[in-house]
Amino acid sequence: MKAAIDGSGEPGKPKTLEERLAPVRKMLLACIQCGTCSGSCPNAWAMDSSPRHLWRLLLTHNGEEIFKSRTFALCSTCYSCTLRCPRGLPLTDAMSLLKQVAAAENIYIYRRSVRFYQSFMESVRRHGRVREMEFMTLYFMSMKNPMIPLKFTPLGMKLMAKGKVSFEIPSKGSGKLDALFRKAKEIEDQS
Amino acid sequence: MKYIYYPGCSLEGTAAEYSISTMAVLGALGVELVELDDWTCCGATAAEGISHLLSFALPARNIAVAEKMKLNCDILVPCSACYLNLKRVEHETRLDPSLLKKVNQVLETENLVLKGKLKTRHLLDVLASDIPVSDIASRVIKPLEGLRIAPYYGCQCLRPYAVFDDPEEPVSMEPIITALGASVYEWDMGGRCCGASLMSTAPDAGIELVAGLLETAQDADAVVTVCPMCQMNLEAYQKRASKKRQMHYDIPVLYLPQLMGLAMGLPDDQVRMDLNLCVPDAFRNKLMARQTA
Repeated sequence: MKAAIDGSGEPGKPKTLEERLAPVRKMLLACIQCGTCSGSCPNAWAMDSSPRHLWRLLLTHNGEEIFKSRTFALCSTCYSCTLRCPRGLPLTDAMSLLKQVAAAENIYIYRRSVRFYQSFMESVRRHGRVREMEFMTLYFMSMKNPMIPLKFTPLGMKLMAKGKVSFEIPSKGSGKLDALFRKAKEIEDQS
Repeated sequence: MKYIYYPGCSLEGTAAEYSISTMAVLGALGVELVELDDWTCCGATAAEGISHLLSFALPARNIAVAEKMKLNCDILVPCSACYLNLKRVEHETRLDPSLLKKVNQVLETENLVLKGKLKTRHLLDVLASDIPVSDIASRVIKPLEGLRIAPYYGCQCLRPYAVFDDPEEPVSMEPIITALGASVYEWDMGGRCCGASLMSTAPDAGIELVAGLLETAQDADAVVTVCPMCQMNLEAYQKRASKKRQMHYDIPVLYLPQLMGLAMGLPDDQVRMDLNLCVPDAFRNKLMARQTA
Protein backbone atom coordinates (compact mmCIF):
# COMPACT_ATOMS: atom_id res chain seq x y z
CA MET A 1 0.00 0.00 0.00
CA LYS A 2 2.87 2.32 0.85
CA ALA A 3 4.14 2.07 -2.71
CA ALA A 4 0.88 3.38 -4.12
CA ILE A 5 1.04 6.47 -1.93
CA ASP A 6 4.61 7.68 -2.19
CA GLY A 7 6.03 5.59 -5.00
CA SER A 8 8.75 4.16 -2.81
CA GLY A 9 8.21 0.51 -3.77
CA GLU A 10 10.16 -2.34 -2.22
CA PRO A 11 13.86 -1.66 -1.76
CA GLY A 12 16.05 -3.50 -4.25
CA LYS A 13 13.19 -4.28 -6.61
CA PRO A 14 12.84 -2.32 -9.86
CA LYS A 15 9.97 0.13 -9.60
CA THR A 16 6.84 -0.34 -11.65
CA LEU A 17 5.61 2.47 -13.87
CA GLU A 18 2.77 3.05 -11.43
CA GLU A 19 5.24 3.37 -8.54
CA ARG A 20 7.34 5.83 -10.50
CA LEU A 21 4.32 7.96 -11.34
CA ALA A 22 2.88 8.05 -7.83
CA PRO A 23 4.99 11.02 -6.60
CA VAL A 24 4.14 13.03 -9.74
CA ARG A 25 0.44 12.35 -9.26
CA LYS A 26 0.73 13.46 -5.65
CA MET A 27 2.11 16.82 -6.79
CA LEU A 28 -0.87 17.37 -9.06
CA LEU A 29 -3.77 16.35 -6.88
CA ALA A 30 -4.98 19.95 -6.57
CA CYS A 31 -5.15 20.44 -10.39
CA ILE A 32 -8.50 22.01 -11.34
CA GLN A 33 -8.08 21.36 -15.09
CA CYS A 34 -8.35 25.08 -15.90
CA GLY A 35 -5.89 24.84 -18.80
CA THR A 36 -3.82 27.92 -17.86
CA CYS A 37 -0.74 25.71 -18.30
CA SER A 38 -1.71 24.79 -21.86
CA GLY A 39 -2.51 28.42 -22.70
CA SER A 40 0.85 29.57 -21.32
CA CYS A 41 3.05 26.91 -22.89
CA PRO A 42 5.13 28.22 -25.82
CA ASN A 43 5.34 24.69 -27.24
CA ALA A 44 1.71 23.60 -26.81
CA TRP A 45 1.14 24.01 -30.57
CA ALA A 46 3.68 21.24 -31.24
CA MET A 47 2.33 18.83 -28.62
CA ASP A 48 0.06 15.91 -29.45
CA SER A 49 -1.64 16.26 -26.07
CA SER A 50 -1.95 19.52 -24.09
CA PRO A 51 -0.25 19.82 -20.70
CA ARG A 52 -3.72 20.01 -19.10
CA HIS A 53 -4.67 16.73 -20.74
CA LEU A 54 -1.44 15.15 -19.58
CA TRP A 55 -2.29 15.98 -15.94
CA ARG A 56 -5.75 14.51 -16.47
CA LEU A 57 -4.26 11.26 -17.75
CA LEU A 58 -2.01 11.14 -14.74
CA LEU A 59 -4.81 11.82 -12.25
CA THR A 60 -7.05 9.18 -13.83
CA HIS A 61 -4.26 6.57 -13.65
CA ASN A 62 -3.74 6.40 -17.40
CA GLY A 63 0.03 6.32 -17.07
CA GLU A 64 0.58 4.29 -20.20
CA GLU A 65 -1.21 6.88 -22.32
CA ILE A 66 1.18 9.57 -21.05
CA PHE A 67 4.10 7.64 -22.49
CA LYS A 68 2.57 7.51 -25.93
CA SER A 69 2.61 11.32 -26.01
CA ARG A 70 5.64 13.50 -26.78
CA THR A 71 4.25 16.34 -24.66
CA PHE A 72 6.64 16.31 -21.70
CA ALA A 73 9.64 15.84 -24.00
CA LEU A 74 8.67 19.15 -25.62
CA CYS A 75 8.84 21.04 -22.31
CA SER A 76 11.62 23.61 -22.67
CA THR A 77 11.56 24.43 -18.93
CA CYS A 78 10.47 28.06 -19.38
CA TYR A 79 8.40 27.94 -16.16
CA SER A 80 5.51 29.95 -17.64
CA CYS A 81 2.99 27.32 -16.51
CA THR A 82 4.52 27.10 -13.04
CA LEU A 83 4.41 30.87 -12.68
CA ARG A 84 0.79 31.16 -13.78
CA CYS A 85 -0.82 28.03 -12.29
CA PRO A 86 -3.66 29.34 -10.09
CA ARG A 87 -3.14 26.40 -7.73
CA GLY A 88 0.57 27.09 -7.48
CA LEU A 89 1.51 23.61 -8.68
CA PRO A 90 5.13 22.88 -9.65
CA LEU A 91 4.19 21.90 -13.20
CA THR A 92 7.65 22.29 -14.75
CA ASP A 93 9.03 20.02 -12.05
CA ALA A 94 6.28 17.51 -12.87
CA MET A 95 7.35 17.60 -16.55
CA SER A 96 10.95 16.95 -15.43
CA LEU A 97 9.86 14.01 -13.29
CA LEU A 98 8.12 12.53 -16.33
CA LYS A 99 11.36 12.99 -18.28
CA GLN A 100 13.14 11.09 -15.50
CA VAL A 101 10.63 8.24 -15.74
CA ALA A 102 11.11 8.08 -19.52
CA ALA A 103 14.89 7.93 -18.98
CA ALA A 104 14.66 5.28 -16.24
CA GLU A 105 12.30 3.13 -18.32
CA ASN A 106 14.36 3.80 -21.46
CA ILE A 107 11.26 4.37 -23.59
CA TYR A 108 12.16 4.36 -27.27
CA ILE A 109 10.14 7.34 -28.51
CA TYR A 110 12.00 9.69 -26.15
CA ARG A 111 15.45 8.42 -27.09
CA ARG A 112 16.47 11.72 -28.64
CA SER A 113 15.99 13.86 -25.53
CA VAL A 114 16.96 11.09 -23.12
CA ARG A 115 20.26 10.41 -24.91
CA PHE A 116 20.91 14.13 -25.18
CA TYR A 117 20.62 14.52 -21.39
CA GLN A 118 22.53 11.29 -20.73
CA SER A 119 25.42 12.31 -23.00
CA PHE A 120 25.63 15.69 -21.29
CA MET A 121 25.69 14.09 -17.85
CA GLU A 122 28.26 11.53 -18.93
CA SER A 123 30.68 14.28 -19.89
CA VAL A 124 30.05 16.00 -16.54
CA ARG A 125 30.64 12.77 -14.62
CA ARG A 126 33.94 12.20 -16.39
CA HIS A 127 35.41 15.68 -16.19
CA GLY A 128 33.40 17.67 -13.64
CA ARG A 129 32.56 20.25 -16.30
CA VAL A 130 30.77 19.53 -19.52
CA ARG A 131 33.01 19.48 -22.58
CA GLU A 132 30.66 20.72 -25.24
CA MET A 133 32.21 18.89 -28.21
CA GLU A 134 32.64 15.65 -26.29
CA PHE A 135 29.04 15.83 -25.14
CA MET A 136 27.75 16.37 -28.69
CA THR A 137 29.99 13.56 -30.01
CA LEU A 138 28.66 11.17 -27.35
CA TYR A 139 25.13 12.21 -28.26
CA PHE A 140 25.67 11.66 -32.00
CA MET A 141 27.27 8.28 -31.33
CA SER A 142 24.36 7.19 -29.16
CA MET A 143 21.80 8.20 -31.79
CA LYS A 144 23.50 6.14 -34.53
CA ASN A 145 21.93 8.40 -37.16
CA PRO A 146 24.41 10.20 -39.43
CA MET A 147 21.80 12.80 -40.43
CA ILE A 148 21.78 14.36 -36.95
CA PRO A 149 25.49 15.27 -36.82
CA LEU A 150 25.33 16.43 -40.44
CA LYS A 151 22.80 19.07 -39.46
CA PHE A 152 25.11 20.35 -36.75
CA THR A 153 28.30 20.29 -38.84
CA PRO A 154 28.06 23.87 -40.19
CA LEU A 155 27.61 25.27 -36.67
CA GLY A 156 30.35 23.03 -35.27
CA MET A 157 32.75 24.27 -37.96
CA LYS A 158 31.92 27.92 -37.24
CA LEU A 159 32.45 27.44 -33.51
CA MET A 160 35.75 25.66 -34.13
CA ALA A 161 36.89 28.45 -36.46
CA LYS A 162 36.23 30.90 -33.60
CA GLY A 163 38.24 28.69 -31.25
CA LYS A 164 35.20 28.31 -28.99
CA VAL A 165 35.22 24.53 -29.15
CA SER A 166 37.84 22.10 -30.33
CA PHE A 167 37.56 18.67 -31.85
CA GLU A 168 37.54 16.22 -29.02
CA ILE A 169 37.58 12.46 -28.97
CA PRO A 170 35.58 11.37 -25.93
CA SER A 171 37.94 10.39 -23.13
CA LYS A 172 37.48 8.64 -19.81
CA GLY A 173 38.68 11.68 -17.91
CA SER A 174 39.51 11.54 -14.22
CA GLY A 175 36.02 10.39 -13.23
CA LYS A 176 35.94 13.59 -11.19
CA LEU A 177 32.33 13.27 -10.08
CA ASP A 178 32.10 9.45 -10.10
CA ALA A 179 31.54 9.13 -6.37
CA LEU A 180 28.97 11.93 -6.27
CA PHE A 181 26.99 10.42 -9.16
CA ARG A 182 27.13 6.95 -7.58
CA LYS A 183 25.94 8.19 -4.21
CA ALA A 184 23.01 10.12 -5.73
CA LYS A 185 21.93 7.03 -7.63
CA GLU A 186 22.27 4.84 -4.56
CA ILE A 187 20.05 7.15 -2.49
CA GLU A 188 17.48 7.48 -5.27
CA ASP A 189 17.31 3.72 -5.83
CA GLN A 190 16.67 3.20 -2.12
CA SER A 191 13.95 5.79 -1.70
CA MET B 1 31.63 45.27 -3.91
CA LYS B 2 32.84 41.69 -4.02
CA TYR B 3 31.30 38.50 -5.37
CA ILE B 4 32.26 34.88 -5.77
CA TYR B 5 32.23 34.29 -9.52
CA TYR B 6 30.72 31.08 -10.89
CA PRO B 7 31.21 31.17 -14.68
CA GLY B 8 29.75 27.76 -15.57
CA CYS B 9 30.74 25.49 -18.44
CA SER B 10 29.34 27.47 -21.40
CA LEU B 11 31.34 30.53 -20.43
CA GLU B 12 34.54 28.53 -20.90
CA GLY B 13 33.50 27.48 -24.40
CA THR B 14 30.74 28.66 -26.68
CA ALA B 15 30.00 31.71 -24.52
CA ALA B 16 33.60 32.78 -23.88
CA GLU B 17 32.80 36.38 -24.86
CA TYR B 18 30.17 36.50 -22.13
CA SER B 19 32.72 35.70 -19.44
CA ILE B 20 35.44 37.97 -20.83
CA SER B 21 33.09 40.96 -21.15
CA THR B 22 31.47 40.31 -17.75
CA MET B 23 34.83 40.36 -16.00
CA ALA B 24 35.98 43.43 -17.94
CA VAL B 25 32.84 45.49 -17.35
CA LEU B 26 32.54 44.62 -13.66
CA GLY B 27 36.24 45.35 -13.24
CA ALA B 28 35.78 48.77 -14.84
CA LEU B 29 32.88 49.43 -12.48
CA GLY B 30 35.06 48.64 -9.49
CA VAL B 31 33.53 45.26 -8.68
CA GLU B 32 35.83 42.53 -7.43
CA LEU B 33 35.22 38.97 -8.62
CA VAL B 34 36.83 35.94 -6.99
CA GLU B 35 36.41 32.83 -9.10
CA LEU B 36 34.89 29.87 -7.27
CA ASP B 37 37.53 27.26 -6.38
CA ASP B 38 37.39 24.03 -8.36
CA TRP B 39 33.86 24.65 -9.63
CA THR B 40 31.95 21.95 -11.47
CA CYS B 41 28.91 21.80 -13.77
CA CYS B 42 25.54 22.83 -12.31
CA GLY B 43 23.74 20.07 -14.25
CA ALA B 44 22.09 22.53 -16.66
CA THR B 45 18.65 21.30 -17.69
CA ALA B 46 20.11 17.85 -18.42
CA ALA B 47 20.41 16.65 -14.81
CA GLU B 48 16.72 17.06 -14.08
CA GLY B 49 15.92 15.07 -17.20
CA ILE B 50 17.75 12.14 -15.59
CA SER B 51 17.79 12.41 -11.81
CA HIS B 52 16.00 14.65 -9.31
CA LEU B 53 18.64 14.30 -6.59
CA LEU B 54 21.54 14.87 -8.97
CA SER B 55 19.85 18.05 -10.21
CA PHE B 56 20.17 19.38 -6.65
CA ALA B 57 23.49 17.80 -5.69
CA LEU B 58 25.46 19.20 -8.64
CA PRO B 59 24.64 22.88 -8.04
CA ALA B 60 24.76 22.31 -4.26
CA ARG B 61 28.35 21.14 -4.56
CA ASN B 62 29.30 24.55 -5.91
CA ILE B 63 27.48 26.46 -3.20
CA ALA B 64 29.13 24.27 -0.57
CA VAL B 65 32.56 25.03 -2.06
CA ALA B 66 31.69 28.74 -2.03
CA GLU B 67 30.74 28.54 1.66
CA LYS B 68 34.09 26.92 2.36
CA MET B 69 35.87 29.91 0.82
CA LYS B 70 34.63 31.95 3.81
CA LEU B 71 34.32 35.17 1.81
CA ASN B 72 30.81 35.79 3.04
CA CYS B 73 29.63 37.44 -0.18
CA ASP B 74 27.02 36.57 -2.79
CA ILE B 75 27.69 34.17 -5.65
CA LEU B 76 27.44 35.93 -9.02
CA VAL B 77 26.29 33.82 -11.96
CA PRO B 78 26.00 35.13 -15.54
CA CYS B 79 24.37 32.02 -17.09
CA SER B 80 20.63 31.82 -16.46
CA ALA B 81 20.50 28.01 -16.34
CA CYS B 82 23.33 27.87 -13.79
CA TYR B 83 21.70 30.70 -11.85
CA LEU B 84 18.37 28.93 -11.61
CA ASN B 85 19.97 25.65 -10.55
CA LEU B 86 21.92 27.29 -7.75
CA LYS B 87 18.92 29.44 -6.76
CA ARG B 88 16.70 26.38 -6.67
CA VAL B 89 19.03 24.70 -4.19
CA GLU B 90 19.10 27.85 -2.05
CA HIS B 91 15.31 28.09 -2.11
CA GLU B 92 14.16 24.48 -1.91
CA THR B 93 16.63 23.22 0.70
CA ARG B 94 15.38 25.97 3.03
CA LEU B 95 11.80 24.77 2.61
CA ASP B 96 12.55 21.06 2.75
CA PRO B 97 14.98 19.84 5.43
CA SER B 98 14.75 16.25 4.15
CA LEU B 99 16.02 17.40 0.75
CA LEU B 100 18.92 19.23 2.44
CA LYS B 101 19.75 16.04 4.33
CA LYS B 102 19.81 13.95 1.14
CA VAL B 103 21.90 16.54 -0.68
CA ASN B 104 24.39 16.54 2.18
CA GLN B 105 24.58 12.75 2.10
CA VAL B 106 25.65 13.04 -1.53
CA LEU B 107 28.08 15.87 -0.79
CA GLU B 108 29.81 13.74 1.86
CA THR B 109 31.52 11.96 -1.03
CA GLU B 110 33.29 15.28 -1.71
CA ASN B 111 33.86 16.09 1.97
CA LEU B 112 31.51 19.03 1.64
CA VAL B 113 28.56 20.29 3.64
CA LEU B 114 25.87 22.64 2.42
CA LYS B 115 24.80 25.02 5.16
CA GLY B 116 22.63 27.22 2.97
CA LYS B 117 24.07 30.55 4.05
CA LEU B 118 25.00 32.12 0.74
CA LYS B 119 22.84 33.90 -1.78
CA THR B 120 23.04 33.29 -5.51
CA ARG B 121 22.65 36.35 -7.73
CA HIS B 122 22.22 36.66 -11.48
CA LEU B 123 24.60 39.03 -13.25
CA LEU B 124 21.60 41.08 -14.39
CA ASP B 125 20.37 41.35 -10.80
CA VAL B 126 23.76 42.70 -9.73
CA LEU B 127 23.94 45.13 -12.66
CA ALA B 128 20.38 46.36 -12.14
CA SER B 129 20.14 46.31 -8.34
CA ASP B 130 23.60 46.69 -6.79
CA ILE B 131 25.31 49.07 -9.19
CA PRO B 132 23.77 52.54 -9.41
CA VAL B 133 22.80 53.22 -13.00
CA SER B 134 24.52 56.61 -12.67
CA ASP B 135 27.83 54.76 -12.17
CA ILE B 136 27.25 52.98 -15.46
CA ALA B 137 26.26 56.22 -17.23
CA SER B 138 29.33 58.02 -15.93
CA ARG B 139 31.60 55.35 -17.45
CA VAL B 140 30.10 55.74 -20.93
CA ILE B 141 32.54 57.41 -23.29
CA LYS B 142 31.12 56.26 -26.61
CA PRO B 143 27.34 56.44 -26.29
CA LEU B 144 25.32 54.09 -28.46
CA GLU B 145 23.24 56.89 -29.89
CA GLY B 146 20.78 55.95 -32.59
CA LEU B 147 20.89 52.24 -31.78
CA ARG B 148 17.65 50.46 -30.92
CA ILE B 149 18.34 47.56 -28.62
CA ALA B 150 15.86 44.74 -27.95
CA PRO B 151 16.28 43.51 -24.36
CA TYR B 152 15.92 39.75 -24.27
CA TYR B 153 15.73 38.17 -20.82
CA GLY B 154 14.67 34.61 -21.66
CA CYS B 155 13.16 32.41 -18.97
CA GLN B 156 15.32 31.15 -16.22
CA CYS B 157 16.59 34.41 -14.75
CA LEU B 158 12.93 35.46 -14.38
CA ARG B 159 11.03 32.28 -13.56
CA PRO B 160 9.97 30.52 -11.43
CA TYR B 161 11.62 32.70 -8.77
CA ALA B 162 10.71 36.34 -9.27
CA VAL B 163 13.76 37.78 -7.55
CA PHE B 164 14.65 41.07 -9.22
CA ASP B 165 12.23 41.67 -12.06
CA ASP B 166 8.67 41.15 -13.25
CA PRO B 167 8.62 37.54 -14.46
CA GLU B 168 6.04 38.32 -17.17
CA GLU B 169 7.01 41.81 -18.29
CA PRO B 170 10.66 42.25 -17.41
CA VAL B 171 12.19 45.74 -17.48
CA SER B 172 15.47 45.53 -15.53
CA MET B 173 17.69 45.95 -18.62
CA GLU B 174 15.97 49.12 -19.80
CA PRO B 175 17.65 51.69 -17.52
CA ILE B 176 21.03 50.16 -18.38
CA ILE B 177 20.38 50.33 -22.14
CA THR B 178 19.26 53.94 -21.80
CA ALA B 179 22.32 54.78 -19.69
CA LEU B 180 24.49 53.50 -22.55
CA GLY B 181 22.92 56.10 -24.84
CA ALA B 182 20.89 53.58 -26.85
CA SER B 183 17.13 53.40 -27.03
CA VAL B 184 15.01 50.46 -25.93
CA TYR B 185 13.33 48.62 -28.80
CA GLU B 186 9.74 48.06 -27.74
CA TRP B 187 8.64 44.46 -28.03
CA ASP B 188 6.75 42.03 -25.88
CA MET B 189 9.03 39.04 -26.42
CA GLY B 190 11.59 39.81 -23.70
CA GLY B 191 10.49 36.96 -21.45
CA ARG B 192 9.50 34.46 -24.15
CA CYS B 193 11.26 31.11 -24.41
CA CYS B 194 14.01 30.61 -27.05
CA GLY B 195 13.31 26.87 -27.16
CA ALA B 196 16.39 25.98 -25.07
CA SER B 197 17.65 22.47 -25.84
CA LEU B 198 14.72 21.76 -28.17
CA MET B 199 17.04 23.03 -30.93
CA SER B 200 18.87 19.73 -30.41
CA THR B 201 16.16 17.38 -29.19
CA ALA B 202 13.13 18.58 -31.21
CA PRO B 203 14.46 21.08 -33.78
CA ASP B 204 11.14 21.40 -35.64
CA ALA B 205 9.57 22.85 -32.51
CA GLY B 206 12.64 24.82 -31.41
CA ILE B 207 13.13 26.63 -34.71
CA GLU B 208 9.60 28.08 -34.56
CA LEU B 209 10.36 29.79 -31.26
CA VAL B 210 13.67 31.12 -32.58
CA ALA B 211 12.02 32.36 -35.80
CA GLY B 212 9.21 34.06 -33.84
CA LEU B 213 11.73 35.99 -31.76
CA LEU B 214 13.89 36.97 -34.74
CA GLU B 215 10.87 38.11 -36.68
CA THR B 216 9.67 40.38 -33.87
CA ALA B 217 13.19 41.76 -33.35
CA GLN B 218 13.75 42.49 -37.04
CA ASP B 219 13.61 46.28 -36.75
CA ALA B 220 15.99 46.43 -33.80
CA ASP B 221 19.71 47.08 -34.36
CA ALA B 222 20.65 44.32 -31.95
CA VAL B 223 19.24 41.93 -29.39
CA VAL B 224 20.96 41.77 -26.01
CA THR B 225 20.79 38.68 -23.84
CA VAL B 226 21.97 37.49 -20.44
CA CYS B 227 21.93 33.75 -21.16
CA PRO B 228 24.32 31.61 -23.25
CA MET B 229 21.53 29.28 -24.36
CA CYS B 230 19.32 32.12 -25.59
CA GLN B 231 22.28 33.77 -27.28
CA MET B 232 23.32 30.61 -29.11
CA ASN B 233 19.80 29.81 -30.24
CA LEU B 234 19.10 33.31 -31.54
CA GLU B 235 22.50 33.79 -33.14
CA ALA B 236 23.41 30.43 -34.60
CA TYR B 237 20.15 29.43 -36.27
CA GLN B 238 19.31 32.62 -38.17
CA LYS B 239 19.86 30.95 -41.53
CA ARG B 240 17.64 28.01 -40.67
CA ALA B 241 14.95 30.33 -39.28
CA SER B 242 15.19 32.53 -42.41
CA LYS B 243 14.65 29.50 -44.61
CA LYS B 244 11.71 28.39 -42.56
CA ARG B 245 9.98 31.77 -42.75
CA GLN B 246 11.30 32.73 -46.21
CA MET B 247 12.78 35.85 -44.68
CA HIS B 248 16.27 37.17 -44.24
CA TYR B 249 17.20 37.48 -40.59
CA ASP B 250 20.54 39.11 -39.98
CA ILE B 251 20.66 40.60 -36.52
CA PRO B 252 23.48 40.75 -33.98
CA VAL B 253 22.79 39.05 -30.66
CA LEU B 254 25.13 40.44 -28.03
CA TYR B 255 25.57 39.75 -24.36
CA LEU B 256 24.58 42.70 -22.18
CA PRO B 257 28.14 43.23 -20.84
CA GLN B 258 29.41 43.27 -24.45
CA LEU B 259 27.03 46.12 -25.22
CA MET B 260 28.14 47.88 -22.04
CA GLY B 261 31.77 47.37 -23.00
CA LEU B 262 31.17 48.98 -26.40
CA ALA B 263 29.63 52.07 -24.78
CA MET B 264 32.30 52.22 -22.10
CA GLY B 265 34.95 52.17 -24.80
CA LEU B 266 36.62 48.99 -23.55
CA PRO B 267 39.26 47.54 -25.87
CA ASP B 268 38.24 44.91 -28.44
CA ASP B 269 39.95 42.12 -26.52
CA GLN B 270 37.62 42.77 -23.59
CA VAL B 271 34.43 42.90 -25.66
CA ARG B 272 35.35 40.11 -28.09
CA MET B 273 32.79 40.84 -30.78
CA ASP B 274 35.07 38.75 -33.01
CA LEU B 275 33.66 35.70 -31.22
CA ASN B 276 30.08 36.50 -32.20
CA LEU B 277 28.83 34.54 -35.19
CA CYS B 278 26.72 37.33 -36.63
CA VAL B 279 27.85 40.95 -36.74
CA PRO B 280 26.37 42.51 -39.91
CA ASP B 281 28.20 45.38 -41.60
CA ALA B 282 25.25 47.71 -41.01
CA PHE B 283 25.68 47.26 -37.26
CA ARG B 284 29.47 47.65 -37.45
CA ASN B 285 29.05 50.87 -39.45
CA LYS B 286 26.67 52.31 -36.88
CA LEU B 287 29.18 51.53 -34.15
CA MET B 288 31.99 53.16 -36.16
CA ALA B 289 29.93 56.29 -36.80
CA ARG B 290 29.52 57.06 -33.08
CA GLN B 291 31.05 60.18 -31.58
CA THR B 292 33.10 60.13 -28.44
CA ALA B 293 31.22 61.92 -25.68
